[in-house]
Amino acid sequence: MATAAVPYRFRTCESTGLRVHADAEALLKVNAVLAVVFLAMAGTAALLVLLTRWPPLHLLDPVWFYRLLTFHGANALLFWIIFFEMAILYFAGPIVLNSRLPAPGLGWLAAALMLGGAALADVMILLGQADVLFTAYAPLRAHPLFYLGYILFAVGALIVVGLFFASLVVARAEGAYQGSVPLVTFGGLTAAIIALVTIFGGVVTFVPAFFWSLGVLPNLDPAVYRLNFWLIGHPSQQINVSAMVAVWYLLASLTVGATAVSEKVSRIAFTLYILFINIASAHHLLVDPGLSPAWKIWNTSYAMHLAVLASMIHGLSVPAAIEVALRRRGFDRGLFEWLWRAPWGNPGFAALVLSIIIFGVIGGITGVVFGTEQISIISHNTYRIVGHFHATVVGGTTLAFMGLTYYVIPLIFRRQVVWPGLARLQPYLFGIGMIIMTVSMVMAGTYGVPRRHWDIDFSLAPAGLRFAFDAPAYLFLTLTTLGGILAVTGGALYVLITVMSVFAGPVVERIPIPSLGPIPAVAGAQDVPEAHGTVQTRTAHADIRGTLVLNFLFLGIFVVYYLLNWKWLADVWPVR
Amino acid sequence: MTIHPPERIWWKPISGAERVYIAAALLFTLTTFFLMPVWHFLGAQNPTMQTYRVDKAEYLQKVMAWADKYKVGEQAGVPVVEPPPGGDVYLLARTFQWFPVLKLKAGQTYRVHVSSSDLVHGFSLQPLNMNFMVIPGYEYILYVTPTQKGEFGVLCNEFCGLGHHLMVGKLIVE
Repeated sequence: MATAAVPYRFRTCESTGLRVHADAEALLKVNAVLAVVFLAMAGTAALLVLLTRWPPLHLLDPVWFYRLLTFHGANALLFWIIFFEMAILYFAGPIVLNSRLPAPGLGWLAAALMLGGAALADVMILLGQADVLFTAYAPLRAHPLFYLGYILFAVGALIVVGLFFASLVVARAEGAYQGSVPLVTFGGLTAAIIALVTIFGGVVTFVPAFFWSLGVLPNLDPAVYRLNFWLIGHPSQQINVSAMVAVWYLLASLTVGATAVSEKVSRIAFTLYILFINIASAHHLLVDPGLSPAWKIWNTSYAMHLAVLASMIHGLSVPAAIEVALRRRGFDRGLFEWLWRAPWGNPGFAALVLSIIIFGVIGGITGVVFGTEQISIISHNTYRIVGHFHATVVGGTTLAFMGLTYYVIPLIFRRQVVWPGLARLQPYLFGIGMIIMTVSMVMAGTYGVPRRHWDIDFSLAPAGLRFAFDAPAYLFLTLTTLGGILAVTGGALYVLITVMSVFAGPVVERIPIPSLGPIPAVAGAQDVPEAHGTVQTRTAHADIRGTLVLNFLFLGIFVVYYLLNWKWLADVWPVR
Repeated sequence: MTIHPPERIWWKPISGAERVYIAAALLFTLTTFFLMPVWHFLGAQNPTMQTYRVDKAEYLQKVMAWADKYKVGEQAGVPVVEPPPGGDVYLLARTFQWFPVLKLKAGQTYRVHVSSSDLVHGFSLQPLNMNFMVIPGYEYILYVTPTQKGEFGVLCNEFCGLGHHLMVGKLIVE
């Protein structure tokens, strides 16, 4: 498509002042649209799975329950999130750097490979050829085309990551920007580096599994498969974390004109992710046979929890940036005036704040606690784990991406967001639903409810062996369903608003778009040059007392939940 | 804005407020790290590493021979086995059954062997909520001391095929 003969086409964005390369923009759009399509499929499966896990309704039969659970995992955790992250890379690379995307033809090839791979895997799952759930633990065996679908998808993603690196080189060589890369690009770079490691994990996991499913490889060691699988399984979540944090900084800028309080602190935190976050995959193997306690403790702790420290730093830096920006707007009284007067009616802002809270307070705390070597005994493979990763990936990453969408629609698709009233409501529905659902899942798991289970009444098992859970387990499963329905409603609303806006929304003539909330959609183009000049003075007088109080409150909750879990562990039978 | 390059010199001293919180967070993360080795030496609940490679068929035979020797009854078609107090205990996970039903004495420490003769399974003792992975080809050794009397359920909490939810076993402590 793009050859040297065709001149690079650019437009200048009135809101951000960025020069937007047409090819990068087109690829961004395609990947974002595909992401939303896969989210819609994942969400549909989520609702059916959710209504099956509610004992009074028990909607699906076991075969379709496990099949749609496999489908839900693949579409939500891989296809939706990674397609959206590809869109973010096209933005954070060429667009943010005012540069061109080299070799856009490869971008189209990558999108085709990813779409083909995802479709292939989905078809095999729905045909009942891959009832293996997301993890596909060998010796459970799926159809070879299922593994091939995953491999094609990963190859496509690898190409986009390569294009992102190439765009950094091109932008630097052609002098598209001066000095250091912007923070959002730095976050995107972190995600891209982690993606390389992740895709390596995908190769060592799924290429042998593919040949094994064909019968070419006679044997696949199940313990080695688990070790390899988690080299893709968890690092892919670390891509999500890095991309999400980059989106947090971006949304803080877009919604209230915030700038990082300390570039140094934020960049050090991203660097800690690059260095340490991937080894934490070991926390999936804490109660596995064969691995030494020393190996487990070192790896599950991300090397003395330095990557946890990184997340805690971002959890301070992003709210601090918001606080400083809002105080600068005059909401400077007391500890929290900035918080009360924040643009809560702006869906981008609401999504940002809810994402930080759900990711940090629910997802972050449970992650560290359940990833403690010994505490894994009382949490491994229970519903506690499902609560943890829905808080991080759905309440955290997905909600942040939803919030960003309200800016992608006007700024990139050049359409107005339809139904602004519903758009304002959407992040709250989704976020509050997620809070209720994830907390209830964690609680149900605390009472022993297993994950990935069709029937906790064991109604089809031999009568003499059946086991009955305590009443609280059922209460929390009901609350899980309630929260889940709210979240699915919020998710459906998001898909509807996005599709209607992109394909039928009024064309944007001029930005800002006042329909999005009290503060103009983009904090004002006039803020941009000023933002540079004021960085120094704001650093000197940064008043972040409110954020500090909130963060110490968070630390308090963290300490209490952590100690409580040691107490619960001490109450079970001695085992060594 | 975070989408524009930062000012030329951005590596400036970190403000006092940030330092305070980062120091507190670092202190906490170091604590959460070091409590793991401390519990390893001082705590009573630790996932160990004692594991043997074992042939799946061989393990199956070993469990069957042991169960025949100490069988004391039957429940729902599954033998109930009561080994000598403080001795070896074998548990087999297979689609879709825990074999056999175990009868143990409270306060005794048993050497429990766990493995699978087919797929990956998850050992989940309820309502205590103690969970361990069961992997075919690996014989996992856990020294367990039951401290409460009663009947406990053994569930499978790792997906092992379309009959996963049928897999329930029992552990009786007297």
